[in-house]
Amino acid sequence: MSLVEQMNAKALELGVPISVQFDLTYRCNERCIHCYLDHDDHGELTTGEILDVLDQLADAGVFFLTFSGGEVMLRRDLFEILTHARSHLFNVKVKTNGVMINEECARRLAGIGIQDVQISVYSHRAEVHDAITKLPGSFARTRKGIACLAAQGIKVTLANILMRENISDYDGVHALAQELGAHYTVDPTITPMMDGNRSVLQYRISGTDLQQVFRDSKLVGNVEEFCAPPEAIAGDDVLDGYPCSAGHTACYISPYGDVFPCVQFPLPSGNVRRQRFLDIWRHSPELQEVRGIRARDLSTCSGCSHVGSCTRCPGLAYLEGDMRGPSTADCEKSFRRTGMPSAGMLRSNIGRASSTPLVQIQLPSV
Amino acid sequence: MSASATKPLYVATSSAIAARMLGGEMMVMSLRDSTFFTLNEVATVIWRSADGSTALSDIVRHSVCGEFDVDFETAQRDAEELVNRLAEHGILTVSDQPIQQPPTHL
Repeated sequence: MSLVEQMNAKALELGVPISVQFDLTYRCNERCIHCYLDHDDHGELTTGEILDVLDQLADAGVFFLTFSGGEVMLRRDLFEILTHARSHLFNVKVKTNGVMINEECARRLAGIGIQDVQISVYSHRAEVHDAITKLPGSFARTRKGIACLAAQGIKVTLANILMRENISDYDGVHALAQELGAHYTVDPTITPMMDGNRSVLQYRISGTDLQQVFRDSKLVGNVEEFCAPPEAIAGDDVLDGYPCSAGHTACYISPYGDVFPCVQFPLPSGNVRRQRFLDIWRHSPELQEVRGIRARDLSTCSGCSHVGSCTRCPGLAYLEGDMRGPSTADCEKSFRRTGMPSAGMLRSNIGRASSTPLVQIQLPSV
Repeated sequence: MSASATKPLYVATSSAIAARMLGGEMMVMSLRDSTFFTLNEVATVIWRSADGSTALSDIVRHSVCGEFDVDFETAQRDAEELVNRLAEHGILTVSDQPIQQPPTHL
């Protein structure tokens, strides 16, 4: 077990929120077609409130702190916030679209110890990238931002969300990352909007494309291993396990101070404007409910052959109406990866079949 | 004869690190090379006292020998080995002159 894994295991044992994503704003200078956010400002936390929350997060034991948005660079107090965070010695990661990063900005980020920046890039072709962000010229500006960060020795990761609009371009983005000295990560997940609106799901890639992605050794490494069918029977260690780190060692704070188990799990669990962070973390009934769920408690998934290897997201399941239920998107991933349908897929097929009239065979009367 | 007998060493925590106490141990990550360290109790005392202006020998005498059952010579030798190893990964800065460093809240 690596030291980071040991750290996570210890945090789990001690009930420490070792990892927090803190969105500083939902405002954005891009209008990405697949985005799940409402970009209006409904009353963001003030600078003072944010600095106070950072003090509380340090006291709570948070080590990994990710600032995201919206576009974080739109906060005029961003560097004050980052400097305060670094004075607490958090391991700070910044997620941005990179459009506003110039040489001076990159130099300041490096100067305060920001060594990890993730930038959304949708294509190596400007016309495709800009059509997704709906900001003309965004690709050129983002690319320049990446170069400025790399010149300062900052670790840059290009995050490539896959959609129907850019599915044929991920090789190009991967090559662009290599050219710019950046890391590369790919994600085929499109999530419903935070208000439950599912219209953005139209951009999800097709099952056939997902299958192809899962069989690309440049992305997944050993294809045979990655796509191996699951063990037939899950043992107690799997069934006693918890679905993911959301609410266990990780949580999410919105620009309005709302605390959720995860950015993809919009279950309101408290607000730092009304309560101390640690009180929410320790005593929120919602977080305690999430923490109480073990794989054996999952209504459909506990009996699924994929239960030990599925990337099931409880947040996506929650958005489908039941945090203990299956997540359709993850059922699809497990199926496309291994070729074996999940219990959730079989159940919904049975459900569909039972809603259609049964074919009755009538024996001829004798 | 150890270096400390002739020339005092000063140690300061680097600004290019992330760190947090977890279950009584100090977890430290070098932002320079992403190496990760767990400091034991004694190493944590030295690391937390590394303010750049207190000589390592004074840290050992007052903070280590004052809190742990260890003789000064042994503790000083181990402390020098530790700080040099952490300095290799950019966790600490070691100098024979006092070191200025930005304040942290840890």
